[in-house]
Amino acid sequence: MLVVGGGNAALCAALAARDAGARVLLLEKTSVEWRGGNSKYTRNVRVAGPEYPEEEFLRDLIEVTGPEVDLELARLTIERSRELPRWMEAHGARWQPAMRGTLQLSRTNRFFLGGGKALLNAYYRQAEGAGVEIGYQAEVCALRVEHGVFQGASVRTPEGTVEVRAGAVVVASGGLEANREWLRRLHGEAADGYLIRGSGANDGRLLAQLLELGAQPRGNPQGFHAVACDARSPRAEGGIVTRVDAVPFGIVVNRQGRRFADEGADLWPKRYASWGGLIARQPDQLAFSVFDRQVVGRFIPPLYPPYRAERLEGLADQMGVDAAALLETVASFNRAVDGNVPYDPSRLDRRATRGLDPPKSNWALAIEEPPFFAYPLRPGITFTYLAVGVDERARVLGKDGRPFANVLAAGEVMAGNVLRDGYLGGFGMTIGSVFGRIAGEEAAAGGRAA
Amino acid sequence: MAGLLELIEEAERQLTICNACRYCEGYCAVFPAAERRPAFTLGDVVQLANLCHDCRACYQACMFAPPHEFAVDVPALMGQVRLAAYRRYAWPGGLGVLLDRPGITAALAGLAGTLLALGAVAWTRGLGGLVRPHPGPGAFYQLIAYELLLAGFLALAALAVLVLAVGGWRFWRELGGLPRPLRLRAWARALVDVLQLRYLSGGGGGCYHPDPLHPSSARRILHQLLLGGFALAFAATLAAAVEQDLLGRLPPYPLLSAPVLLGTAGGVAMVSGAGGLLQLGRQASPAAGARARALDIAFLWLSLVVGLSGLALLGLRATPLMGPLLVLHLGAVVSVFVTAPYGKLVHGLYRTLALVRERMDAWEVQVPGG
Repeated sequence: MLVVGGGNAALCAALAARDAGARVLLLEKTSVEWRGGNSKYTRNVRVAGPEYPEEEFLRDLIEVTGPEVDLELARLTIERSRELPRWMEAHGARWQPAMRGTLQLSRTNRFFLGGGKALLNAYYRQAEGAGVEIGYQAEVCALRVEHGVFQGASVRTPEGTVEVRAGAVVVASGGLEANREWLRRLHGEAADGYLIRGSGANDGRLLAQLLELGAQPRGNPQGFHAVACDARSPRAEGGIVTRVDAVPFGIVVNRQGRRFADEGADLWPKRYASWGGLIARQPDQLAFSVFDRQVVGRFIPPLYPPYRAERLEGLADQMGVDAAALLETVASFNRAVDGNVPYDPSRLDRRATRGLDPPKSNWALAIEEPPFFAYPLRPGITFTYLAVGVDERARVLGKDGRPFANVLAAGEVMAGNVLRDGYLGGFGMTIGSVFGRIAGEEAAAGGRAA
Repeated sequence: MAGLLELIEEAERQLTICNACRYCEGYCAVFPAAERRPAFTLGDVVQLANLCHDCRACYQACMFAPPHEFAVDVPALMGQVRLAAYRRYAWPGGLGVLLDRPGITAALAGLAGTLLALGAVAWTRGLGGLVRPHPGPGAFYQLIAYELLLAGFLALAALAVLVLAVGGWRFWRELGGLPRPLRLRAWARALVDVLQLRYLSGGGGGCYHPDPLHPSSARRILHQLLLGGFALAFAATLAAAVEQDLLGRLPPYPLLSAPVLLGTAGGVAMVSGAGGLLQLGRQASPAAGARARALDIAFLWLSLVVGLSGLALLGLRATPLMGPLLVLHLGAVVSVFVTAPYGKLVHGLYRTLALVRERMDAWEVQVPGG
């Protein structure tokens, strides 16, 4: 059997298929150094367990993603997440305590020792030891499917294009988030202002192929999960260190120096997930998180130092924003802060602005103590929601609702079946691991039957 | 090699990335210690560098390692900082240059030690007796007078302790170590960290030297064999002192006596530890850096000579080779003492102090941003 991709879902599929006795060829588009797709940037997996009942897990999921999700697949994912820690340990995973700053996840998520790349390294070691054949710099550019049955694939390698035949294929090659051209078709020129947080290799080529072959589309094609990232970050592969957590501690203005959303709305992680989209709708997809000395040290400092000035005029200069506009925005914000409610960043303190549009409904603290600081922000796309439909055996569904016999999908390419909107921390790894295993076992079983 | 200040700047760049990421918290003390620091002074970086045991687990796990443009390689950088720090705190300052040529330093010190031993032989009964069997109690002292041997090594040890103490003091002050309460429990915990070599375990997954594809405990085990070998050899010396000065029995001692058993075990541990580490080093990737490798190799060879000559002395003490072997062994031991502050051995001092400091800090400072 053939596994396309080299991230978590692909490795889970390859390991599960190999455990079941199949001969496995895994083809990764990038090199050893860059392998691991978006998974190498992850750090935990959400799993149901004694302390996190399946019903609560499902409620959490529906809360972020809405009720239109495929409930059967969601239940299956959650049910089978229970076995993940043991299976992962058996395949080389190691754990560490929940990270500082993410303690709210310690009950629901298991953290990988060293993060996603360390996990993937362990999987690759296991796979190699177990006899999975792995090809790097091997880009699957076309799947050959005849009468609904997968026959083989053409693979571009440094030595030229070769044909690979296999009894089944697991497509685990990620979403389309790094495909600028596709993003531009979906979002217009705004796409040029986005940062790609994860793998720059996720161009959605096989997602497009499957859709062309008649797979059922799932999820909102325009949907993406994006967070506020430092605008100075690399265009792709910036990972976790580029995200900016400063938003609720100050105000956010656009290039015109105007506020455009409630910085004190909601609770983590919803707030965390909403700012990518909010900034994407601003001119040039650019915004600035502005704060003062009072809140320094309250959030994890990101990769780059903030702009810093003793006066707001100087800060505006560095931001490239009209100083008068910024001064006016800060002044009217400061006037609107209700100083009678005590400031408490550790909870929703209801210290809000009054008579301001948009309001800041929590943690409203006048920006008045120099020095002043600002981070430039851009939307950083983590992943896209567009997916192909699958059934409970990870088989890709055709438009008529009938599955392809030996075309399976796992990971981001099918995550849209169970995650249509919003984000639940660590759930992407849950989907990839559960459906990777299912797809691998299914492919191995199909191969034996044939 | 880059100067210490440039290294500090680069460390600040890389550790800021680490502090924004925090994925490696579970590997060792370096990352939690970095998280407690909003900015990095020279002392901070030196402290972190000496906490890093170079298991390279974080490098393997780092998605920002080269060829990524962030080019994060914390263990390599920390290794460079350690080298610069050894020179910075060496005392007297000018002798720090000895660290640049560790092989030559160790060999010259060994040669000087051997010549001293020969001189002692000549002074005692003349060189004529060097290659002759010396049966019976007090055999060694027929070659070198006991008082001379004792005085010589006491002087050397005192000198080494003094020089190391000054270096350690300078190091400790750079960490901002004073004034503090003694905190004996922090010292005790740090000692356990040393004995377990906790931070060479890669958070439990093993160290990535020499084979990045197969992390293992080999380096940790071999290191402790070598350390244990030295400890046993020291214990053998103490046991001999008890035999001689309290029980009035002169060497050589029978095979089943404490000094011989301890010395034999120590020699075997030292030789297998040093030999094994040399073998590992041969397989390791060049990432560690040539200068760090040179420091390791010089000390490992010296340990091999000490261990092998000691074992040979034991086995051949009734033969005419006893004299030359004793001179060689003493020369090598002299080199260990002389190069302790100006060679690889000094890492033990700084690492222990850094671990103590870390245990003290972890005690007092609860990490913000929880």
